[in-house]
Parts: sequence; structure tokens; C-alpha cells
Amino acid sequence: MTLDDKLFTVKYRPDCESHLKPDFEKCKTCTSKTCTVICPAKVYEWEENEQKLTVNFENCLECGACRIACEKNCIDWEYPKGTKGVTFRNG
Amino acid sequence: MDEIKTNKTEVIVVGGGPAGIASAITIARAGHEVILIERGNFAGSKNVFGGAIYAQPTREIFPNFEQEAPIERLNIEHKFAILGKEDSTTISYRHKDLENPSYTVIRGKFDRWMADEARKAGVIIAEETVVKELLIKNEQVIGVKTELEEYYSDIVILADGVNSLLAKQIGFRDKIEPQDVALSVKEVIKLDKEKINERFNLTDEEGCVYEIFGGPMEGILGLGFLYTNKESISIGLGVGLDALCQKNLKPYELLDSLKQHPTLSPLIKDGELLEYSAHLIPEGGYKKIPTLSGAGVMIVGDAAMLVNNMHWEGTNLAMISGKLAGETAVTALNKGDFSEKMLLKYPEALEKSFIMKDLHAYRNLMDEAHNRSESFMGYYLKEVNGFFNMFTTVDSIPKRQKFRKFIFDFIKKRNIIELFKDALSAFKLFWSILIK
Repeated sequence: MTLDDKLFTVKYRPDCESHLKPDFEKCKTCTSKTCTVICPAKVYEWEENEQKLTVNFENCLECGACRIACEKNCIDWEYPKGTKGVTFRNG
Repeated sequence: MDEIKTNKTEVIVVGGGPAGIASAITIARAGHEVILIERGNFAGSKNVFGGAIYAQPTREIFPNFEQEAPIERLNIEHKFAILGKEDSTTISYRHKDLENPSYTVIRGKFDRWMADEARKAGVIIAEETVVKELLIKNEQVIGVKTELEEYYSDIVILADGVNSLLAKQIGFRDKIEPQDVALSVKEVIKLDKEKINERFNLTDEEGCVYEIFGGPMEGILGLGFLYTNKESISIGLGVGLDALCQKNLKPYELLDSLKQHPTLSPLIKDGELLEYSAHLIPEGGYKKIPTLSGAGVMIVGDAAMLVNNMHWEGTNLAMISGKLAGETAVTALNKGDFSEKMLLKYPEALEKSFIMKDLHAYRNLMDEAHNRSESFMGYYLKEVNGFFNMFTTVDSIPKRQKFRKFIFDFIKKRNIIELFKDALSAFKLFWSILIK
């Protein structure tokens, strides 16, 4: 079972704008890109060709790990709006 | 100033988990006005835990919850499993304790039930509302600002969970470091009641808990867990965020390998994934507890780092800290005094309770665990399985020879200085837990 299959079991009410705002300029100088590894929903992906971090914020499980793990301390992390984001039924 | 009068209540509680609900209901039962603000579309909808709540502390808030609340199973067996690559050693303690049991619950149902009880007691619950910041005037917290409006209150109780952005806003704590939290991922797997009963040797109402060491988490600070619900299994793990970062580990891949271990895979075989989830566990311990109160404000539960990870305790510390903060709020409201000095009664009550006594006793645990994770979560666990492998294998080699080889290898594989450091670390830990 892939992570996408797992995420398919999660109920989301996605917003149109991201509640996760990394400082993309700082991401370019980041060597570890830890967020692309530790995020349990693989929200962050590094596009080597474009030298840009993609943020699939719709998949966010709102754990907060990226904010703490970011070595550049550059993720502006907020909770999604009150009517948006993840709803765990079996937490 | 007119706005202050119209949008004003006695207490605002931010966060509808066990800590927030316990404090809100304590205040409402004493006849005061409370608004509880929850960001999810119902209480429990943003919450994840392993699995179990504890009867004794829960009864302190909800005396009849065992008859009324949505409970999954009463845990009658605790298994401690040490996983090797293919093998494992399991210690099991079975006891149907009706006096102080633990129960598995599903937070989406249980927290929602607690919130309904709070509503019946008079708590006003505002769901789907995010508190963006605390309102401060003359160094006193005087209310909250939500996405839509400003609300004022005499006291604000922060029960906003492990990430508590509000505690950070008012400078009650520093930035959380990766070593202060564990990242937990969990899968809830649907399985027939009969299959669960058969596989775990249970009746309909009985449950079983696995605490899992080693396996994919060999040598790193992390633990696996498995809980039985009525018609599902919760399986997951929590790993230090620092270890994930340093070793480039993906949490869901670790969980996949845990699920594939021959000791666990037959237990969840043919199950259907109901839900995947993730959450942080505050594991900084005593030394990382934030400032707990100030003028007009108190912090409870995960937001206050109140977790005893050694004993898998969190929801109980949340409920009791919430209750103590609630009681302090009632005293403060009765006296009309919301000063820093008045609300110090809350951390003082915490100090006198098991919460701070336990966290203080384990204050060195995380330091030692981080320093010696390779030995205590790796080397010795492997040796336990190695010992039983040697002890149970029949191969016509004389036993004395095998015992001697085991002991010789144990010392040879491990540098004597490292052995000494491990012993010292264990001694320091036991001393601080038992003596001083």
C-alpha cells in the first residue's frame, strides 16, 4: 500500500490557499531538505529542475513536525481555517 | 470599550481535548461562564493518540463514564514485545483489573462525548474556530482574537495542544526542538470482532495492548504500539523527530516495516485500512515544561508538555491538569483576582500532584535516553533475543560452551568503556527516580 492509498482514507476539507508558507529563497540554500523526508503526508517535494519546493498542503495532517524539524526555521506554519483541513474520525 | 462588555465572558478555554474539556467542565459545574473554542468541526476531530484512557483519572471528571461514554474495550493484557530482525521476545501481563483499568477509545467519538457532557454542564462550545492570537493589555491576558472577532474574558486557559502557538506568542516557552517531540503515525485497521477475539485471546469487551521495542526502530528512540478496539486494531509508532531527521527516516515506511514483522503481521492480516493519521507527542519532559501561568492565563495538557512517556501517560495528565487549572480559575473568579500571583495556585497544585512528582522523578530520562539510545534501544534489545535464541536452540553443543560463548561475546562485542557508561547511565536514572 502506497502513502497515497493511505492518505486516501483521510477526510479533508481543503482550503484554496496554503496554511504552510516556507521561505522559498531559504529552501534553495537548505542542504538537508528534512521536510521532504519526515513529513508523514509527503507534503513537501523538491523539484530539482525548477529548484523549488512544492507544498501539497491539501494532504497536511497538521502534526507540526515540519515547523520544528526545518533546519532553516523558515516555515510559517499556521492552523488551517476553522472550517478547513483534516478531520480524523478514528484518532 | 463597549465591545468588551458585549463580547465578554468569565473564562475562555482554547482547545477541546481532554485538558480543555476537563477545565471547562470544572468551571461550568461551579456555576461560572465558560466558552470553549475548538478549531476542528467537532471535539476530537484533530486529535490522535495510541489508544487508551485510564479509568481512575477519568472518573475524577466523569464519575459515570464507564456506563455512558463510547468505550471500545477494557484492557486485560499488556504485552511488551522486543523485536529482532525476524525473531522477538514478548513479556505479557494479563489481569482483568476492574478497579483501575484502562480502556481503548476512539478520540473522534470519546472527545465528542466529553464535549457533549461539557455542553450539558453549561459550557458554550464554539467549533470550527481558530484562535489566532491572545489579546494582552498591561501584561495581562484579557481575551483571544479568532479569525472573525475578538472575545474578552477574565481568564484564558490554553489547551491548544502540543504545537501551542499561543504559549509561544506570550513567550511562555522557547521554540520546540526536534528532540523534544516524537512524531507518531498510526493506522486504524478494520477487523471482525471474532477475529480480534480469536487472535488476541479475548472476549467481546476485553482488550489487549502491545508496547513494541526494536524492530524497525532498533537503536533509535522510538516505540511501537498496538491496541484492540471493538472492531478495529490501532497500530502505530512514535519516533523522536531528531532521530528521523538525522537518519533520514520516513515515518510511514517505518510503520510499514513494523506491520510486516512476523510477530505482528498475522495479527492484522486481512484487515482493511480505515484511517491513517499522524500527530506529535510532547516528550521534552520536566526540563522543557513551559511557564504554566501568568496574569489571566494558564496552560494545561500537551500544550504544557505534560506527558509521562515512560508509562504511556498523557490523557490522564491532561485531564488532571485541566481540572486543577479549572479549580484555580473558580477560586480566582470567586475572589475577582486574576493576577499572576493568584493564578500561581495552579502550578502549585500541579507540584503537589502526581503530575509534577512523576515528571520530576523522570527528569533525567530523556537526556539519558538520547545519549544511550544506541545501547538501550539497540544493543541490549538484540542481546535479549540473542539469549533466548541460544537458550531454546537444541543443536548438540554442550550448554556450558554455549553459555560461555554468549557471555564472552556479550563483553567482546561491547567496548568495556561503553558497558561502564551504560551502567552509570542506568544507575543515575534509577537514583533520580527512586532516591532524589
